[in-house]
Amino acid sequence: MIDDAQLAAIARECRVQIIRMLTHAGSGHPGGSLSVIDLVTTLFFQRMRHDPKRPDWPDRDRLILSKGHAVPAVYAAMARAGYFPEERLITLRKLGSPLQGHPDRTALPGIEAATGSLGQGLSIALGMALGLRSSGSPARVYCIMGDGEIQEGQVWEAAMAAPELGQPDRPLDNLVVILDENRIQLDDFVAKVRDIEPVAAKWKAFRWPVIEIDGHDVGQITKALDQAEATTGVPTFIVAHTVKGKGVSFMENDPEWHGKAPKPSEAIKAIREVLGVTEGAWEEYLKTDSATRAIVDELAALEKK
Amino acid sequence: MPAKASRAAFGEALLDLGAKDERIVTLDADLSKSTMTVNFAKKYPQRAFNLGIAESNMIGVGAGLALTGRIPFACSFACFIAGRFETIRISVAYTNANLKIVGTHSGIAIGEDGYSQMGVEDIACIRSLPNIGIIQPADELETKQAIAYAVEHQGPLYLRLTRQNLEPVSPPDYRFQYGRWLVLRKGHDVTLIGSGGPLFNCLEAAKRLEADGISAEVINAACIKPLDEELLVQSAGKTGHVVTVEDHTVAGGLGGAVAELLAEVLPTPIKRLGVRGFGESGDAKGLYAKHGLDPAGIAASVKKFLHR
Repeated sequence: MIDDAQLAAIARECRVQIIRMLTHAGSGHPGGSLSVIDLVTTLFFQRMRHDPKRPDWPDRDRLILSKGHAVPAVYAAMARAGYFPEERLITLRKLGSPLQGHPDRTALPGIEAATGSLGQGLSIALGMALGLRSSGSPARVYCIMGDGEIQEGQVWEAAMAAPELGQPDRPLDNLVVILDENRIQLDDFVAKVRDIEPVAAKWKAFRWPVIEIDGHDVGQITKALDQAEATTGVPTFIVAHTVKGKGVSFMENDPEWHGKAPKPSEAIKAIREVLGVTEGAWEEYLKTDSATRAIVDELAALEKK
Repeated sequence: MPAKASRAAFGEALLDLGAKDERIVTLDADLSKSTMTVNFAKKYPQRAFNLGIAESNMIGVGAGLALTGRIPFACSFACFIAGRFETIRISVAYTNANLKIVGTHSGIAIGEDGYSQMGVEDIACIRSLPNIGIIQPADELETKQAIAYAVEHQGPLYLRLTRQNLEPVSPPDYRFQYGRWLVLRKGHDVTLIGSGGPLFNCLEAAKRLEADGISAEVINAACIKPLDEELLVQSAGKTGHVVTVEDHTVAGGLGGAVAELLAEVLPTPIKRLGVRGFGESGDAKGLYAKHGLDPAGIAASVKKFLHR
């Protein structure tokens, strides 16, 4: 099994790819992609049983990214896992690309449902968990929602149904819902737009067991997923406290970076920060990392266009 | 066969089909006694899920079940189905989930409950979405065949059913074919295209027109999406006049679909009969008369349309 340090390295690589692809696309959602990436990479590379060669394997674990605007995080993980060549990442949002701006199941094998019209993914995840339970499949279902997203009414219809659906013999304990609580939505901070607190108390009132974690701490994510897997009879709700734009100083905690792509010069700075290299050491560093060098050169060329 | 509501025929068909195919499951939003899935739920409690009064979640759960190999029928009144358009748009159509959506209580024929319970815009909404086909059967025989077809069909479907009893209109040897219409009565002066509830009235109107020397061809347009372009063009080319009859708003329904297609391939004078404005409470017969969907109203509209 992959260890926490290797996972952290993969998450760093994926952050670089998120920044790279959004810059090439010229639009998209960096903030929520960077807040969710540690959750996505932990699921993809440590937790989920899946096979990039067989995206239609009936017993694969499913990931529904209900906050579909953060799909660059999933694309980065999928490319890293081998679902498609990494080079395809820079076709994001371009005409004819299977990497649609929001997930399209029919365009890209491995995407489980179309999402991005917020509030719908949890219902689909419930249906999948129930369907898998009904057919005796051991597969598990993971659903990631945004904190702004749970302002949608359909989420609460699903929240009310889930703990009872399939009872008593097919409870949805194969379902884990993770809230990427990065505290920011498009217009502003969630607390300013339409406060959702107390989130944990609300889900507990709907009879979900709730676990709260730091959504950037791989150890805590893993432990929470273990706990969810050990829970029987009900699905589990994990509140992952995250930082919007995590890893890039000028994007962190700033609503402006919800839905704006960086310029190439900003992207290069962001990549340097993600990799934890100081400005002074950057040129020397790039001599030792040819993959990053290529990405940076490509971005620099984009600037000149 | 005696007259039977298509929702009742649907409930019976599900019982039969459910015995043969374990993948079939039903989803309801507290209306299973009205959508007629209640007997399926009694017989197969493990395969019937009542999500409560929460149609968006019902449709999404249905999509998830479909994506894991079940064949779910998600059922509610046609108006409440259409009201969850955004969930149908993304979770079902765009996702291309193999979900069968069933809208019962279609049209003003539900009568006394009034407009809020009348599905009169559902075809217009769902017809705009790629991937989903729309079927509206006209009697018991056709309903049972359409439901059996829906189980075999790969991809989402919308099935539009009635609360009221429907007189049989299909020939005994009828075989439902997706995307195909059927000429129920041959004629050469005007093509009457009906579907679902008012189709029987189209046939009655054709008899009245015959007495007045007008030969009306009556077509059962059971499949509203896709249309039977071949039969439509053939009949319209022969008669030169098309009248559509539906218990649905005239905007964007069967009449809209026929008008759009003919305007592109064979411009033909068209009269669309259907619901105009909102519905209202009243007895079904009175409402059909008010909207010109009864035999006398259809016949009168055809005569006026033909300037006779």
